Amino acid sequence: MGTESLSHIFVSAVLANNFVLSLFLGLCPFLGVSNRLSTAASMGAATTFVMFIASLCAYGLNALLIAVNLEFLRLISYIVVIASAVQLVEMFTKKVSPALFRALGIYLPLITTNCAVLGVALFQTTREYSLAQSLAFSVGGGAGFSLALILMAGLRERLQLSDVPGVVQGTALTLMLAGLLSLAFMGFSGLGS
Amino acid sequence: MTERTDNFIEGIWRQNPVFVMTLGMCPTLAVTVSANNALAMGLATTFVLVFSCLLVSLMREIVPKEVRIATYILIIATFVTAVDYVIQAVSLAVYEALGAFIQLIVVNCIILGRAEAHASKSPPITAAVNALGMGLGFTLGLMALGCVREILGAGTLFGFSLFGAQFQPWVIMVLPPGGFFVLAGWLLLFNWLRQRGEQTASPAPQDTGGTHHGH
Repeated sequence: MGTESLSHIFVSAVLANNFVLSLFLGLCPFLGVSNRLSTAASMGAATTFVMFIASLCAYGLNALLIAVNLEFLRLISYIVVIASAVQLVEMFTKKVSPALFRALGIYLPLITTNCAVLGVALFQTTREYSLAQSLAFSVGGGAGFSLALILMAGLRERLQLSDVPGVVQGTALTLMLAGLLSLAFMGFSGLGS
Repeated sequence: MTERTDNFIEGIWRQNPVFVMTLGMCPTLAVTVSANNALAMGLATTFVLVFSCLLVSLMREIVPKEVRIATYILIIATFVTAVDYVIQAVSLAVYEALGAFIQLIVVNCIILGRAEAHASKSPPITAAVNALGMGLGFTLGLMALGCVREILGAGTLFGFSLFGAQFQPWVIMVLPPGGFFVLAGWLLLFNWLRQRGEQTASPAPQDTGGTHHGH
């Protein structure tokens, strides 16, 4: 698996194996923060950034852990790295854009428990990607996550104006939409292999 | 109903993590292509949940407030690492079917949510009982999805064929979109039951919120 081209990894992570719609990673923010388009876009950007940092650190850490024969600490060290990266992003947004910081609210610290971020780190390890491949994978994964989030937010903004039966409202409707989006993304599946 | 049984039942029914709180969606949808996988995932999560909550509760006086989340995550990650190796040793087939999702139990919001909202404030026994209820509720939710998806998508249940050779599997159910649709279906069913219950409780037609929109 170590010889895939960078563009192939990137396209596959964005479309064919979209993190949210075909691997089911990062569903909590996908269902929680997809109410408004602007928030969704900034959440996508923040997550992509954290993914990039996490992927970089995870690559270094994995090499280190293999060198000292402590692979069983992999999971624990990855999660610590991700938590610190999120803390960094949080401090950064608070300083640069307090408005964005307030808009993201509780979801910013929750990036720590976003499985998409840990997923990037774990998948790049099991697939034995090189450093460049890992970074392409993380940016692609982040772009795919943002794409799904933005599409969903656009759909939900429209839906707020329509008359939906009471039974369907809430999470059930969002899940059905996600299912339809996922169905559409299956059309890309030829691109991945 | 005594307080303790209520504490236990809460996670299974009233606060079911899958159907009521819609927490921990990633493993819920990803590994429920078969009833077997769903059961394995549910039990693994329950194990981590119970022991993490027990430890968090035991350490609740020692851990400083500022670093509590980091501590919880480390505790959870430790138990997940243990579960990961145990599953690998017990059944390689299950290990390969669940893949990275065993390690992703670490970031399951149910566990961190329970540790923060319940275990950090309760004595050990209460915390463990509550966690056990939550874990069983989660397992039940996963099974509800896994059984439906396996029956419709493969015509089998726990690997046993149900309908004979002429059955045409509804393949989409074991593919990613099927996960979304089946969960949406269950939520619809529960919404409908809840609304019917409300209507029989009070005969006057209730404003269910749907009419607020579109004006």
